[in-house]
Amino acid sequence: MLKLGVPSKGRLMEKTFDWFAERGLRLARTGTDREYAAAVEGFEGLELVLLSAGEIPRELAAGRIHLGVTGSDLVREKLADWPAQVAELAPMGFGHADLIIAVPAAWADVDGLEDLDAVAAAFRRAQGHRLRIATKYHRLTRDFLRQAGVADYQLVDSQGATEGTVKNLTAEAIADITSSGETLRANHLKILSDGLIHQSQATLFAARAADWTEEGATLARLCAALGLEPPAL
Amino acid sequence: MPVRAEARQLGARLLAAFRAEGAAVIETDILQPAEALLDLYGEDIRARAYVTADPLRGEMMLRPDFTVPVVQAHMAGGAEPARYAYLGEVFRRQEQPDPERPAEYLQAGYEVFDRDTPEEADAEVFALFARLLAPMGLTATIGDIGVLRAAVDGLDTLAPRKAALMRHIWRPHRFHALLERYSGLAPMTDARRALLDGARPEAPWIGLRSPAEMEARIATLAQDAKAPPIPAPIVERLDALFALRCPAAEAPARLTGLGLASLAPAIDRLERRLAALVSHGIDPARLNFEASHGRATMEYYDGFVFTFAAPRPGMPPVASGGRYDALTRVLGGGREIPAVGGVIRPGVVADLGGKLAC
Repeated sequence: MLKLGVPSKGRLMEKTFDWFAERGLRLARTGTDREYAAAVEGFEGLELVLLSAGEIPRELAAGRIHLGVTGSDLVREKLADWPAQVAELAPMGFGHADLIIAVPAAWADVDGLEDLDAVAAAFRRAQGHRLRIATKYHRLTRDFLRQAGVADYQLVDSQGATEGTVKNLTAEAIADITSSGETLRANHLKILSDGLIHQSQATLFAARAADWTEEGATLARLCAALGLEPPAL
Repeated sequence: MPVRAEARQLGARLLAAFRAEGAAVIETDILQPAEALLDLYGEDIRARAYVTADPLRGEMMLRPDFTVPVVQAHMAGGAEPARYAYLGEVFRRQEQPDPERPAEYLQAGYEVFDRDTPEEADAEVFALFARLLAPMGLTATIGDIGVLRAAVDGLDTLAPRKAALMRHIWRPHRFHALLERYSGLAPMTDARRALLDGARPEAPWIGLRSPAEMEARIATLAQDAKAPPIPAPIVERLDALFALRCPAAEAPARLTGLGLASLAPAIDRLERRLAALVSHGIDPARLNFEASHGRATMEYYDGFVFTFAAPRPGMPPVASGGRYDALTRVLGGGREIPAVGGVIRPGVVADLGGKLAC
């Protein structure tokens, strides 16, 4: 059976079901509301696995599922050298969110990364420690700032309510996802003009480490049904 | 013989050769407190070193290099002058699979702390490595971060501009972006113009950075906007300096020919170093000089730098090293001592046939 991992709840799950339904595949939860079970109608050889979106990158990397739907940001954050581990089959056009760097809106002198870097140097001299950036996207943020040549910062882990860290004096800036920017504005933060790290959306990925001996043919049929180019795995 | 066992034997021979030069063998912990390494290298080190947690001592790293703990040990009570030798594993996280870049490998190192004759100490370390590695037919390249620093220091421009360029000598991308800005090649952004015209956002102040810190930076930016750009011919000379590659014997004349007057003391040091190398039996005509050597990869070096490499592409250098006077200042708590040293990778020596002159 070709195992397809999909988000187990919320809008991401519903939109995933809609996306497949538009292409003639009916995915549905089965059993009671609380039971994580699901089934496919209209396609032989495909098994649905309901998972937390955050765990789907790991399951893909391990090859325990063949296909998975999750945010492109999560794959890039959680998997080192991600193109070697998964193939992007299709961007799905929902779940849009931008991973961005934001600083206090009151910082009139900071517009872009060059300013952030200069402020980080002065901040370290004045405060005796490096400028703190709160995030849960450590790999993406660090890679982005290294390529931009920003120094004298440190990442501090923030798994939630990241927009509040600056006001609470636990960070000076944040790297977080935003869709409308409203939460940022409400917390008196602004996005750096060149501070877009990644534009994320829900994406259908294929696992390179999965066993494709039997399921390769199923994938070819599925790609044909969905109107997708079969990936080189 | 398995490569790892052979590497260990080669390392032991190198360590014996270093001891024969009068070096004291020094042991350092594999588990190092993360703080000193993070302060020195910044956040990037987390991507390159293994970070772990100790329930009592906090964040620790598996030793990514020996230089920092050796300098710490020396600054905590070493006699002067001092020569140290060591052999042990270092650990480097790899974000991409690469058979040439193991996550764990041996380094055999030799470090000299000497106040009196730095160029002689440079030559001593280089010549020792050259002698030990001679049977391998490697390509040696030298450079001098001190020359680059002298070029920045000698610019006739605002002190904050020079400080910003100096801070980014090791990050070529940001360095050249700043140079473009300061030389007027990159136009002023609309946001910067509005800021200098007095635009201030309607937003409450939040966070630890103070309004006074912001006003101080705005004053610096206003000064910067009024200051004349770094002239294009000077930028061209800097670009020519960063691109300079030639036989080491020609380097002093080529550097003098760039017409950057502030380089004179650094060129004198380079000439003294080359003379010291000759007295150690090294022929500078057969040595490569690259002005930007080590610029993107060897961040705590601030003077002489060198590598010995095999002609096999993609392979890490067999040996590398350099001068790190500023590092001793950072780690010395107010004290400093000129220091130079380097490491040989016995595992790479083994991969290339294991021929050492010791």
